[in-house]
Amino acid sequence: MFLRLLSDTRWRAANPKWRRMTCSRRSTSSTQELHPASLPAQAQVVICGGGITGTSVAYHLSKMGWKDIVLLEQGRLAAGTTRFCAGIVSTARHVSIELKMADYSNKLYQQLEQETGVVTGYVKTGSISLAQTQDRLISLKRIASSLNVMGIPCEIITPKQVAQLHPLINIHDLVGAMYVPEDALVSSANVSLALATAASRNGVQIYERTSVSHVAVQNGRVTGVETDRGQIQCQYFVNCAGQWAYELGHSGKEPVNIPLHACEHFYLLTHPLKEPLASSLPTIVDPDGRIYIRNWQGGILSGGFEKNPKPLFTEGRNQLEIQNLQEDWDHFEPLLSALLRRMPDLEALQIMQLVNCPESFTPDMRCIMGESPTVRGYFVLAGMNSAGISYGGGAGKYLAEWMVNGYPSENVWPLDLKRFGALQSSRTFLRHRVMEVMPLICDLKVPRWDFQTGRQLRTSPLYDRLDAQGARWMEKHGFERVKYFVPPGKDLLDLDQSKTFYKPDWFDIVGSEVKCCKEAVCVIDMSSFTKFEISSTGDQALESLQYLFSNDLDVPVGHVVHTGMLNEKGGYENDCSIARLSKRSFFMISPTDQQVHCWAWLKNRLPDDGNLTMEDVTWKYTALNLIGPRAVDVLSELSYAPMTPEHFPSLFCKEMSVGYANGIRVMSITHTGEPGFMLYIPIEYALHVYNEVMNMGQKYGIRNAGYYALRSLRIEKFFAFWGQDLDAFTTPMECGREFQVKLDKGMQFVGQEALLEQKQSGVYKRFTMFILEDHDTDMDLWPWWGEPIFRNGRYVGKTTSSAYSYTLERHVCLGFVQHFDEKTGEELVVTTDFINQGEYEIDIAGQRFQAKAKLYPFSSLFTHRRRKDEVELSGYQRE
Amino acid sequence: MLAASCCDRRMCVCPGPRRIAIPVRSSRLPLLSDAMPAPAHLFPLIRNCEISRICSTVCYCHHKHLCCLSSHFAHGHFRYAPQKKFAALYRPKENFNHFIHARDYASAPQRFYLTPPQVNSILKANEYSFKVPEFDGKNVSSVLGFDSNQLPANAPIEDRRSAATCLQTRGMLLGVFDGHAGCACAQAVSERLFYYIAVSLLPHETLLEIENAVESGRALLPILQWHKHPNDYFSKEASKLYFSSLRTYWQELIDLNSGETTDVKEALINAFKRLDNDISLEAQVGDPNSFLNYLVLRVAFSGATACVAHVDGVDLHIANTGDSRAMLGVQEEDGSWSAVNLSYDHNAQNEHEVERVKMEHPKSEEKSLVKQDRLLGLLMPFRAFGDVKFKWSIELQKRVVESGPDQLNDNEYTKFIPPNYHTPPYLTAEPEVIHHKLRPQDKFLVLATDGLWETMHRQDVARIVGEYLTGVHHQQPIAVGGYKVTLGQMHGLLTERRARISSVFEDQNAATHLIRHAVGNNEFGTVDHERLSKMLSLPEELARMYRDDITIIVVQFNSHVIGACQNEEL
Repeated sequence: MFLRLLSDTRWRAANPKWRRMTCSRRSTSSTQELHPASLPAQAQVVICGGGITGTSVAYHLSKMGWKDIVLLEQGRLAAGTTRFCAGIVSTARHVSIELKMADYSNKLYQQLEQETGVVTGYVKTGSISLAQTQDRLISLKRIASSLNVMGIPCEIITPKQVAQLHPLINIHDLVGAMYVPEDALVSSANVSLALATAASRNGVQIYERTSVSHVAVQNGRVTGVETDRGQIQCQYFVNCAGQWAYELGHSGKEPVNIPLHACEHFYLLTHPLKEPLASSLPTIVDPDGRIYIRNWQGGILSGGFEKNPKPLFTEGRNQLEIQNLQEDWDHFEPLLSALLRRMPDLEALQIMQLVNCPESFTPDMRCIMGESPTVRGYFVLAGMNSAGISYGGGAGKYLAEWMVNGYPSENVWPLDLKRFGALQSSRTFLRHRVMEVMPLICDLKVPRWDFQTGRQLRTSPLYDRLDAQGARWMEKHGFERVKYFVPPGKDLLDLDQSKTFYKPDWFDIVGSEVKCCKEAVCVIDMSSFTKFEISSTGDQALESLQYLFSNDLDVPVGHVVHTGMLNEKGGYENDCSIARLSKRSFFMISPTDQQVHCWAWLKNRLPDDGNLTMEDVTWKYTALNLIGPRAVDVLSELSYAPMTPEHFPSLFCKEMSVGYANGIRVMSITHTGEPGFMLYIPIEYALHVYNEVMNMGQKYGIRNAGYYALRSLRIEKFFAFWGQDLDAFTTPMECGREFQVKLDKGMQFVGQEALLEQKQSGVYKRFTMFILEDHDTDMDLWPWWGEPIFRNGRYVGKTTSSAYSYTLERHVCLGFVQHFDEKTGEELVVTTDFINQGEYEIDIAGQRFQAKAKLYPFSSLFTHRRRKDEVELSGYQRE
Repeated sequence: MLAASCCDRRMCVCPGPRRIAIPVRSSRLPLLSDAMPAPAHLFPLIRNCEISRICSTVCYCHHKHLCCLSSHFAHGHFRYAPQKKFAALYRPKENFNHFIHARDYASAPQRFYLTPPQVNSILKANEYSFKVPEFDGKNVSSVLGFDSNQLPANAPIEDRRSAATCLQTRGMLLGVFDGHAGCACAQAVSERLFYYIAVSLLPHETLLEIENAVESGRALLPILQWHKHPNDYFSKEASKLYFSSLRTYWQELIDLNSGETTDVKEALINAFKRLDNDISLEAQVGDPNSFLNYLVLRVAFSGATACVAHVDGVDLHIANTGDSRAMLGVQEEDGSWSAVNLSYDHNAQNEHEVERVKMEHPKSEEKSLVKQDRLLGLLMPFRAFGDVKFKWSIELQKRVVESGPDQLNDNEYTKFIPPNYHTPPYLTAEPEVIHHKLRPQDKFLVLATDGLWETMHRQDVARIVGEYLTGVHHQQPIAVGGYKVTLGQMHGLLTERRARISSVFEDQNAATHLIRHAVGNNEFGTVDHERLSKMLSLPEELARMYRDDITIIVVQFNSHVIGACQNEEL
């Protein structure tokens, strides 16, 4: 309320044109006069939503030269969640892309007042994140490591130092803290208005009190927007409707799934202290107490993320207006207790108000950005998980780049709308999930945590069988996958207790699964993989795929090809295996979370030809991965067919019978570098084949295994996984996969030029494997991913994944090494020599461990087991 | 399953809970004296009361059934030998409550201590919940469901409860029955009454259909769907007898066929009267089977009150006979809770009842009719099922008792004729029926035996159940408004509110929650675990002196359905 009043006047003072347009509103409430200016009939871009995200997108688009932009706001600018926002700009983030967005936002807001003349209330106060436990301190140290290598000042401080920085804090229960001196406070509504002012000066037309009823779509493209004040034709629509984004997405004929859900969020405003707090006092974040505290007009503003959030607007917006939400003191009680525990001296401070400000949350606590997979030209930026101010600036920039250039300047896959599909759009799912997500904001983020809500949505037909055998599950894209199998009689710790940054309790279990993969045979249910079938009446399928994929797909029928699906810059949009089933049909296997993205990518690029069909057959097949030297014996006994490498070479695919079941697609790949087979089984045969395999396998020592074993195997073999190691900014050249690119396959393909150029000029980053040398598995913190890599004491990159190698008995980290010029910081070409001639260290939560860098896997270690995988592995050795 | 009737508060002058504070300083009862120190001026009365003997006979009775009655009589504790000294102990219940509340727990011995889980297992032993199933997510019944529970004080408990859905007509039946002089009558009424009501409500065609089915030996249409706790039993032995009586009733209804639509109020009254009549007749006629013969006599000579609710859409009928009570919980617009009585107690506190009884008898009896707030100086409820001693003529009573089985004949109680017994019947089972049109603000109905109402005011009952059913969020929300409140003050207030609420979460059953309050409430109106633990750890023979059997049914209404029905009617 207070913020709002302030900002209104300033915004109008700064914008005379605006004042002329809307001055009548203040004197009269008659509706006719509210809309003096009629809407334009057309525009290039229509942005829906005048909060921080909408204005930021408008600001950045107009800066990048797009002028024909209309921004529509149903109420008044910055009147939704933005108005109520606590206004804390904090860069302490776990995910690297979020960290970059927050950093950019901070820098943007800092100069905004100067640029626009609108007072934004920007004060660089710094922030202190407190740790009440050692685990929390580790978590903060990890963030501090990433902040430091980003060039953001940040230090881990002692409780005593905390007391020096903030006079009111009770430090008795603290073990340490993280101080980020450049974090800031702003008036969020004013920032939004400043962005709007700048955008407006750049030609963006802003209309308040105009609501979008739906978006018109023709042939899968946005054509216009229907509002309560008429129609606007447009090429691009940007949905920045915040907590209404879900509903808006579903309002048109062609639904756009934007999975987010609102929760009530409370914060407290107080009257000033007797001795008013300085406006430069740092913001306090006490995640263990689930609260944040900032100074506010001499008093404090304190809110938090309770354990039992109250979701709202599940049934849509017709329940309540934001303005009318009730204060709920009983609900706030735990947070108030935490506040008084942290600052006991505030007892006598007088309450001004308890603000109820709904925030929208997403199923994985990351915001939603990008283009709809179903409607071209339909962009989304929403679901900020209560960090709208921190992310708003950066997110707006990336989305604007995406729209103008076709791709953003950073890898935003973790935020991409296409990581979700229709399956995350159930209101019940979202309601339950956000109740878990909101408390998670304050929970300790330990490696390998899994969501507990919204589970058991997609399962393999073997789910119950595996569960009964002790399977422990994790979830990817709604699909239940086995982590590992707890042997009978052995019981692991409760979920809560097994959260650790150190050696986990499943260490030995996974170790024995890995051993079995190496020495006998294991079966892993990998049904979650995305599976497409592409076929045509003529050669269209081959031709199109040859264009879209970098490897040569014109292979004999029955061959499997590992190939990247590259973008114009040569980066991996997808990394997949394609089997040529017949002359004219192909079977494509991609990572689980590619289901939406890959489908949209191919749909948009495959020719619109009735003779060419693509089908998502993910649900039709159960996939069993038989890993290990004895897989060949099991399979040949079950099929009465010789499976030796002479008869069934590596990277080969054949439909055959297994047990009674016929038509099983057997492929000699395992995704791990180990010998074995993938079985793609029509689902009705799944249980039969599984039973047969387990029965037959008994004499070969078969056992179930899970993804943790798989992960350990593939990482020690230096196998990169898309989504973890590979992204749209990584080319095959940079990860040692030139052998999967056929520059000379006789026809053009997407990304070819970029790769050709890279081949000549060299790469600027290089995928490297690191073996930790002086790391004690039992005692030291485990690496996870995102740890900074140091070469000769200088930062050169970050890890992307890591695992314990039971073969090497060492930790293995995979990551990218860059070469920054020592003086200018300019990126230089990374050569093999550069990699090899350096002393490496990996920084785990501030502690550095020596590491040995390798560009090739330990082939010698594995030779005696490398029977069928020569081809699969040979690529690495070729270089 | 015959109950010991010795300590029944209604039928016996030996001390009942709350009516008479029991001052005990006897060394033979250290448990009690430690737990419940009593004012010294009451001390001399104890000898007369001879509590220890009563207590021992209670245990004894438990095994020996009716025979113990005679021992009572011999000891002179039998309630219808009015003794003035006991009457002197008679105190308004408020006094007793005050006395209990004022007790100091500081010196309480630890041996009474039950852990919270133990307390919970006692409180929850008899709890039962029923949720009306939703159809396609749209609950078409005005009842969402009900919670019920019982806490015995007598051993065995003399209260009964019943709940059933009418299958051939619409509506749901719920009732609580408080037995006295044993549980036989309450048991019989709890089994039979709903059938009588359902039959009374049935249209002529359905009655014919049922009769034809019985006649030709075909399967019968089910009339009621019972919602029973496993401890709620039906007597198998008597089912044939009960059925034939019921059949006679519907045959008469068929013959009577008035052609008029059945009025619920009338049906309820008819059913009550008819059942009482059948109980009486069965006892007079007897049964060749000696067990059954004895059973019907026990049913007739014991008594029971009944409070029954019939809910059909927005129409709520309460039929009440005796001193159990029905109360409606209403949520006011400001969110607060208020109570509306839907029944009148039939006892000496009800002027109209006293009036009625006096009207029904000659003026010469006016003085002897109601003595010490009891009917003929003996019976607390002024209306009841059974209790043929207050209904039959002296000759009939004598004839039945003499021709009855030896057990009956040896029983002094059955032989005893109330004093000033001139113009029977003195007692009726005819209920008073109240009709209430449910409104959206009517959130729940509480049916409970007097064991609850003696300890709790209806306003508190409404608030406790209301807050329980709506959960924390509907606790009167706190708003700071323009007041000057500091963080510390607010924190204190919230902590206190949370403490109050946390007791709610222990119970999944509204009735259990209410019992917890009824038994464990301290002077601040919050549940005091220590007190609760003491009350529940009283030995069986003492429990009855501090509390009565408590039976509660809490029916929750569906405001949406009620709102929709209302709109339709408008």
